Amino acid sequence: MGAYVLRRLLALIPTLLIASVIVFGVVRLVPGDVLDLMLSENAYSSNAPDDRAQLEKALGMDKPLYMQYLSWAGNALRGDLGESLWRNTPVTEEIGARLGVTLELGILALLIALIIALPVGIFSAIRQETLADNVGRSFSILALAIPNFWLGTLVVILPALWWGWSPPTEMTPFFEDPIENLKTFLVPSLILGTSLSAVIMRMTRTMMLEVLRQDYIRTAWAKGLRERSVVLVHAVKNAMIPVITLVGILVPILFGGTVIIEQIFRLPGLGQLLLEAVSTRDYPIITGVFLVTGVVVMLVNLIVDLCYGYLDPKVRFDR
Amino acid sequence: MNASVEPAAVTATPARPAKRRKTLPKPLAFCARLCRERPLGAVGALICLLLLFTGIFADLIAPQGYNAINPIDRLKAPSAEYWFGTDQLGRDIFARVVHGARLSVIVAFAATTLSIVISALLGILSGYFGGRLDMFIQRLVDGWMCFPDLILLIVAVAVLGPGTWQIIVILGLLFGISGSRIVRGAVLSARQNVYVHAAQSMGASSTRILWHHILPNVMAPLIVLYTTRLAAVILAESGLSFLGLGIPPPSPSWGGMLSLDGRSYMFQAPWLAIIPGIALTVVVFGINMFGDALRDMLDPRMRGGSGRYLARVKRAIGV
Repeated sequence: MGAYVLRRLLALIPTLLIASVIVFGVVRLVPGDVLDLMLSENAYSSNAPDDRAQLEKALGMDKPLYMQYLSWAGNALRGDLGESLWRNTPVTEEIGARLGVTLELGILALLIALIIALPVGIFSAIRQETLADNVGRSFSILALAIPNFWLGTLVVILPALWWGWSPPTEMTPFFEDPIENLKTFLVPSLILGTSLSAVIMRMTRTMMLEVLRQDYIRTAWAKGLRERSVVLVHAVKNAMIPVITLVGILVPILFGGTVIIEQIFRLPGLGQLLLEAVSTRDYPIITGVFLVTGVVVMLVNLIVDLCYGYLDPKVRFDR
Repeated sequence: MNASVEPAAVTATPARPAKRRKTLPKPLAFCARLCRERPLGAVGALICLLLLFTGIFADLIAPQGYNAINPIDRLKAPSAEYWFGTDQLGRDIFARVVHGARLSVIVAFAATTLSIVISALLGILSGYFGGRLDMFIQRLVDGWMCFPDLILLIVAVAVLGPGTWQIIVILGLLFGISGSRIVRGAVLSARQNVYVHAAQSMGASSTRILWHHILPNVMAPLIVLYTTRLAAVILAESGLSFLGLGIPPPSPSWGGMLSLDGRSYMFQAPWLAIIPGIALTVVVFGINMFGDALRDMLDPRMRGGSGRYLARVKRAIGV
């Protein structure tokens, strides 16, 4: 297992390198000059020098591109992502203040998705082609087609019209009042979780069906085991392996979902920071958020890989 | 060894036409099979046709156009005159939904076609030529896929600016790069065919082999990829427009019609929130169902959670 962990960690390095080049490259594609933009909007900003050459020097843009990349990447490695163009605060500080909200929303949504999807998916598979199975499958087909931003909008609007109830939009910090905090997150993460659960449910059902047809399951039946132990002890364990991979694949989608849900429910998360930065063209913040989401996804994929290696010894000794 | 006769016999391998006929049946026979085997897929196909029809004939169905402002009739509920009601400017929602269908069709087909071309090029280059090129392209794709789709899209819009063409290019690039993995996989397996080795050993040019032997084998996954991407593109575009970063108003994007700008009116006029969402959901549902059916019929290797597997096994063993 140790060698496997090491190998996965090493494999992360080139990916991280390329991801950082992508982040750097994409933001440098800005049409027109960032300098011109900053100079023209100088009136609103206090820290930008008004001389073009001076500004170029201050931002390090007088050096060749690869030098710019190296100094940016070097700073990023030391946890310095520059400063917000308008607010004079370090980008890492801005991101740190928002990351918690996004992570909480994402983790709650994933938990809810798993709580809905796993039992329904498993039940659907062991009672294939029954009413319950069909209800479960129809639900997943529907949940796949309904965009989460529409579901979110409806949840804000319809209950307000019918019962005069609307989901709370004031966020309380978790450590101040955990109950109030969870109340704020309940509805947003339910919406996000429901739309995620559809994919997991389908995958669980398919994998369960495949596993349930295997010889060792027939042996378990033949031994006279109860259904509960055949399904929960023998089948689920193997069926879960691909489902875990799927969770890894879903994390980027989950991230995208949090951007939209944060916007609908006015949660001050990373997505909202990114959208604010896009509307004020705060490029250091855009670059920072971009990089951080990439790194978080990479780390989650690493964890998924490690779980995978733990659950399925074949993976560990591959290659 | 009579080498002079052997090559001729090998070149005459009827593999290509036979394969063609198997994977791409005649349109009518295909429709009949679709209705018989996958009725839900046929419904999906019908919805796709309806979308296409609406998109093409939008001017005839709603001749007043999507931006006819009529202040007297603002926020009217659905009635005989305005089937889907009117919005805060008195614009007919029906006309906007119909013209929104045209916009969706244009964006979906343009971006998906672009993405498929990119996927095919990258996938074939990477899978067929292999070696360092493969290594390089795959690491790039790895890095690219670390970033959540929506975050990548938001950053790209921040860089390129909003607009229909920008959205098409960005979506095409985004889905093109991630889709190349699937094409690469199909190329890798197609390359193993004996007739490819035969053509190579006879000295056929790479272009010829790619065109006559690899591409036909990759067609089925490409078609399947195309349909699944259509739905993803429509959802991504509407999500971006919902956030105000997609196609700028007054263009009638379904996502834009649901956007937060109109939120305050939605409490007075809930049909503003309901109708574009239904249009989106129905279209995505239709494409999903059609895509699933196509996948099962064209490319069984890619089958996911269709749940028909056991039924087919039962039929095969005569239970």
